[in-house]
Amino acid sequence: MITAAVVDPSWYLGLGAVLFTMGAVGLLVRRNPLVMFMCVELMLNAVNLTFVALARQLRDVGGQVVVFFVLVVAAAEVVVGLGIIVSIIRRRPGATADDVSLLKG
Amino acid sequence: MEAAVFAVSAVIAISGAAGVIASRNAVHSALSLIATLFAIAVLFIAQDAQFLAAVQVIVYAGAIVVVFLFVIMLLGVDRSEDLEEEPLRGQRPAALVAGIVIGAGLIAVVATGTITGAHGAGAAVRADMPNVEQLGRLLFTDYVFPFEVTSVLLVIAVVGAVLMARSRRVDQVDEDEPVLDLHAEDRADAVEEPA
Repeated sequence: MITAAVVDPSWYLGLGAVLFTMGAVGLLVRRNPLVMFMCVELMLNAVNLTFVALARQLRDVGGQVVVFFVLVVAAAEVVVGLGIIVSIIRRRPGATADDVSLLKG
Repeated sequence: MEAAVFAVSAVIAISGAAGVIASRNAVHSALSLIATLFAIAVLFIAQDAQFLAAVQVIVYAGAIVVVFLFVIMLLGVDRSEDLEEEPLRGQRPAALVAGIVIGAGLIAVVATGTITGAHGAGAAVRADMPNVEQLGRLLFTDYVFPFEVTSVLLVIAVVGAVLMARSRRVDQVDEDEPVLDLHAEDRADAVEEPA
């Protein structure tokens, strides 16, 4: 079913690189833990795009299976991460990532 | 045709990503994230990954972002974040420099590298089988053990989320931490309710 690439796969890889970089910058720049979490999702999606582009280029469905597992892990990560954020912000409303420094040496 | 689809989706994905990192309001970030996720789903379809496109829309846009919005509304943290304030001096410029370095490195690799590697042998794409069927066959043959492990992972995640979200009395851990007794009301209610 996978047709020959019309758009060169490098374009997909380049878009994945740009999205990954934007996610990384957002993770470093923002202070709101929820927005930092969304940036992690952005980075995961950039990598998924790369996997699918290479799966088509190499005519191998294995790359798409990996994306499936990444989706499962992302769902589990969101559940646990948001649970942690909820329990932190319940204790100290308005907390940013800088306020959670209990383990700082 | 594919070039046009790619161009439009790429523009939507990149502007959505810019919205995620630049919006002052967390709700706007979440909505921009939905735009990016849909654009990536379109790119999946353009690359003949129909099953993943459907899962992307259902799981990411339908479940994960909704959970994000629920948490934003539950906690009332949808007030604006001051992007000018710098708790760590020089951290944001340093982050931008680091981002430019990461981006330049990744794009240099993509631009100069060539894709090598043999075509898949064990999981080769077959022209006579739909995408969903190929993925399903692979998941339940070669990848059956990782597939079972993901079910364990999901159970652990659910148990962990329930444990953390359970409301209980909190003790003060950090001495400069402002502890609000948010659950005093819950406990008062619990006394009145028949157990």
